[in-house]
Formats: sequence, structure tokens, C-alpha cells
Amino acid sequence: MSPTWVQLAYLAAALCFVLALKGLSTPRYARAGNLVGAAGMALAVVTAYVHGAVHNGLLILVAIAAGVAVGIPAARSVKMTAIPQMVALFNGVGGAAAALVALTEFLEVAEGSVLFQVATVLTVLIGSVSFSGSVVTFLKLQEVMTTRPVLLPAGQVVGVAAAVASALLALGVVLTGSGTLLVLLAVAGLALGVLFVLPVGGADVPIAISLLNAFTGLAVAASGYVLANTLLIVAGTLVGASGTILTRLMAQAMGRPLTNILFGAFKTTATAAATG
Amino acid sequence: MIDLLTIFVLAVFVGFEVVSKVSTILHTPLMSGANAIHGVILVGAILITGRAEHALEVALGLAAVFLATVNVVGGFVVTDRMLEMFKGHRR
Repeated sequence: MSPTWVQLAYLAAALCFVLALKGLSTPRYARAGNLVGAAGMALAVVTAYVHGAVHNGLLILVAIAAGVAVGIPAARSVKMTAIPQMVALFNGVGGAAAALVALTEFLEVAEGSVLFQVATVLTVLIGSVSFSGSVVTFLKLQEVMTTRPVLLPAGQVVGVAAAVASALLALGVVLTGSGTLLVLLAVAGLALGVLFVLPVGGADVPIAISLLNAFTGLAVAASGYVLANTLLIVAGTLVGASGTILTRLMAQAMGRPLTNILFGAFKTTATAAATG
Repeated sequence: MIDLLTIFVLAVFVGFEVVSKVSTILHTPLMSGANAIHGVILVGAILITGRAEHALEVALGLAAVFLATVNVVGGFVVTDRMLEMFKGHRR
């Protein structure tokens, strides 16, 4: 259990995140909200470092410095028109980080409870899906690949197969506690993320990004169970819940139900095949 | 265990509630801001690296620290740039 001052600092950070989301929902306070969120994050990170970086303190600082050196120029130099794909990329690396955190904790802890194993499995799976899905949305918006819906031959069959494989691997990890299976699960998750986003077409891609954003939030929340850390649970859940609502609102603003956007490509081909 | 579940359920409702009345123009900045917030996984990455002892665990942890940092700083900076653009727009 963490000392009281750490818990209080995490509570303050969580409050900052709620205020940040609240601020970002109104035009007048949006910018202030973002700054409050950043302040909360700074508090949380400094607290975690002071309390938790018992070993490897210097290496952690170097890794943070490297992340800042990459992240700030990328965010500053990106063209306004290219911002959605940048957000997708930032979302993707967040998902990858969550998956790595759960994987590492799994390696460190020899024997975990069932809850720990389930949370680990969820974090790794959702994090990988979010990472590879975000990379595909980035490639689409950057027009490295076609922005049109991509339908693999027998794409639905492959998708279902990947989902079943993921479920079986997840069950395998929980039952056996095998690290190899967990790595395989991450690979299956990566495939699933790609298959999930490929059929989404041009104008709908931002909505897919928003959904993947909510996914990463859930992965972070699940990682909070892995580490028994309340701040990760609160912040991850906030993003997961608000991201889900936001995704629905965005779909409504476009006048299309969400299922149409995600699975529309399958339906149109099905009807085209039926009428043609 | 039940405590964590309680926190989770309450956070779901707070998350639903805070964004339920957002105007269309703020959809993208809000998504981007939420994106920066889930970079809080950096806290988790620091904690696991801080107690890692084997080389593989340290390497994985540091990779997570690096990626999460990119998520956090990039997320907040991009959101701020977006909102800055809105302000200029309205004047």
C-alpha cells in the first residue's frame, strides 16, 4: 500500500483530470481545462517518480527526456491538417505502453491472483488492438495507404478467427500463467486491431480513432487493476467512458449510427452482392 | 478489491456525465485531451521500471516509459495548439 501523501497526490491528479474533461467540454474553459490536465499529470508523474523509482531512477529520467524530445517537436511541427493522424499516433503509443506495462508486471510477479491475470490479459489485448489499429488509421489519414474501406477476401472469417484465437489465448494465460502465451496474445491483438480498422472508410476514420482512444483508456484502467493503482483506474476509466460517449456523439453529428460506420463496408458489399 | 470496483463504477458515471453536453466544435480537442490523459499510464510505467531488477524487465519498462511520455507531452501540446487555433478563429 502506498503512503498517504502518495494517495492524496493521486487523488488531486484524478480531480485535475475530471476538471480537464469538464473544461474541454465548454469553449470558454477548454484551454484552461487542458492546462489543468497537464498540471495534474505533472503532479502524478513527479509523485510516482519520487515514491516509486527505487531502482533505475536515472534510466527512467533518460527515457522520459527522450520521450519529451520526440513528443514535443512532433506535436509542435505537425501541420494543422495532419493533427488527427498525430492524435491517432499518440493514442497508439499509449496503448502500446499499457500493454508493455502489463507484460513487464506479469514477468516480475511470479504468482498472481486470478483477478491479476485477467486484468493483465485485458490490458495486453486491448492495448495491442489500440496500438495496431491506431497505426492503421494513421497510415490511412496520412494517405500512405488507401483511405477507402479495405475488404480482405474472407475478411469476416479472418476477423472472427483472430477474435476466437485471442479469446483462447487469453483463457490459456489465465489458466497456465504462461508468459509465451501472453506474448502470442499480444500478437493476436495486433492482428485484431488491423482487421478492425481496415474496413473503415475515409470520413469515418476519426470516429474509429475516438473509439480506439476509449479502448486505450480501458487498457489503462485494466492496468490499474494489474498494479493495484487507483489513479490509473480512475483516469483510464474516465477516458474509457467519456471516449465511448464522445464516439457516439461524433457518429450522431455525422448522422450515422456507430454500427454502420464500423461494419458498414461489410453491409454494402453484402447488399451489392445481393442486388448485383 | 471491492474498493477498486467501486472506484471503477463511479468513474464510469463521472466520465459519462462530464462530456454529455459537449458542442460539436469541441469533439476533436476533447478527444485529443482525453488521449493525453490516458498517457497517465506513464505513472504505471515508472512504478514497474522503478522496481524492475532483470535486464529484460528494465528494457521493457523503459520502452513503456518512453512511449507513455510521447503520449503525454504530445497529447497536451497538440490539444493546446488546436484550441489556440479556435481562439484566433473567433476574433
